[in-house]
Amino acid sequence: MGYQGHFRVWRGSDEGGGLEDFTVEVNEGEVVLDVIHRLQATQTPDLAVRWNCKAGKCGSCSAEINGKPRLLCMTRMSVFAEDETVTVTPMRTFPVIRDLVTDVSYNYQKAREIPAFKPPAGVAPGEYRMQQVDVERSQEFRKCIECFLCNNTCHVIRDHEENKESFAGPRFLMRVAELEMHPLDQADRVQEAQSSHGLGLCNITKCCTEVCPEHIKITDNALIPMKERVADRRYDPIVWLGNKLFRNKS
Amino acid sequence: MRAQIAQRTLRTDRWWLPPLATFAGLLLISIYAAVRTFMGDHYWVDEYRYLTPMYSPCLTEECLPNAAHFGRLLPELPGFLTPPVIIIPFLLGFRVTCYYYRKAYYRAAWMSPPACAVAEPHAKYTGETRFPLIAQNLHRYFFYAASLLLLINVYDAFYAFSTGIGLGNIVLLVNVGLLAAYTLSCHSCRHIAGGRLKHFSKHPVRYWAWTQISKLNAKHMQLAWASLIFVCVTDLYVALVASGTIADLRFVN
Ligand code: SF4
Ligand code: SF4
Ligand code: FES
Repeated sequence: MGYQGHFRVWRGSDEGGGLEDFTVEVNEGEVVLDVIHRLQATQTPDLAVRWNCKAGKCGSCSAEINGKPRLLCMTRMSVFAEDETVTVTPMRTFPVIRDLVTDVSYNYQKAREIPAFKPPAGVAPGEYRMQQVDVERSQEFRKCIECFLCNNTCHVIRDHEENKESFAGPRFLMRVAELEMHPLDQADRVQEAQSSHGLGLCNITKCCTEVCPEHIKITDNALIPMKERVADRRYDPIVWLGNKLFRNKS
Repeated sequence: MRAQIAQRTLRTDRWWLPPLATFAGLLLISIYAAVRTFMGDHYWVDEYRYLTPMYSPCLTEECLPNAAHFGRLLPELPGFLTPPVIIIPFLLGFRVTCYYYRKAYYRAAWMSPPACAVAEPHAKYTGETRFPLIAQNLHRYFFYAASLLLLINVYDAFYAFSTGIGLGNIVLLVNVGLLAAYTLSCHSCRHIAGGRLKHFSKHPVRYWAWTQISKLNAKHMQLAWASLIFVCVTDLYVALVASGTIADLRFVN
């Protein structure tokens, strides 16, 4: 059965804006994106919203609903009470373009900063041979739909704009982990994870994991294993002492 | 420019409840542990050979002779210090640098962040990149130390069976079971066992160990709380029996 739902939607641009109230029809089985579309069709033809697949697979419709970072197309209206006001705002961490649409180029920038997969010398594509158990571990990370909800939620950049330069965000630290765990990758990624991609800024508070719509265990399976690898290399007192005693002389 | 939204968060659920509960829980347990540490008494039941895990191993001159399973190797401690102060830095170090507890107190005590998508109150943030927090990277060394202490606790638990079986024995046994599960589920343990390998296929035994530890690791938070609370329960039980407040329930003898 349909009902009249209360919506509060952020409208504006990078010059300013605010929350606006709407009353709009909600039908059984709908998701938040359906209602946003109805708003567009009936009351606010110029409301900007980015979406594509409506199946939780393209990662376009990331926004914040009642303060929680989520996909508009995967948030069922049935999780809200009929008299509850549903507040929809754009992702906070990225610059807003208009209404619910943000400029996510930070993420593309960070993606480019990660050196590509480096196969062993002399092995051409098509000649890669790997054991199933060796590739299996990083497959989880390949479920990522690049919605960037994790980067949006991570307090390292959400609450501290100035950290954007030095922090790749959980999405791309996970990419570093994926390559590092790849059985054929030859690049040394451990030092870079700490020095260039900002792994040390992560304090493993797991908000990335909490919001990931693909339920990837980002913190447990990518970030913490990377921190342990960095500890192997940089914070092992025995290795450190060895370097001090023997290598520094050269 | 970001979208201008004045509110610190628009979350409508009770996001403040988990950090508050965590804070209260950690505070209560810390108070209990501090009181028991500085009490310096009621840690050993001579009749049934129960030793509380908080005083194990008891290594200094002031330990009761029978409670010092490995001998009183260290001289008497000065002033108000009690035997546990020798081992507590390692036990506390293990828990404080644990990846789960870090999450817990960064959120609950330091509010960095208090909950997801709730702005933190700090103007600057450097994470674990500098002193003192860079020292969190030493977690694995505390893991080694805690594993050793755990072995001693296991020894204590079995040693106590030499006089028969009572409820205290069961309590001690459950305690070491939980401590072992917590210690094995540690992220550093998972890494050392097999996580650091790039080619699982070349190390089938370590791969198997990693797979098992990964299953436990998924429950690391639950095990952290269960083992922490149960250490206090065990200690309280031993204290109550040792002080004669309650009698141990005996099953055999
Ligand atoms: S676990 Fe690390 S990367 Fe993930 S949200 Fe928290 S601080 Fe950011
Ligand atoms: S890791 Fe999860 S939250 Fe992050 S971009 Fe990928 S799918 Fe989205
Ligand atoms: S991560 Fe929690 S004990 Fe090691």
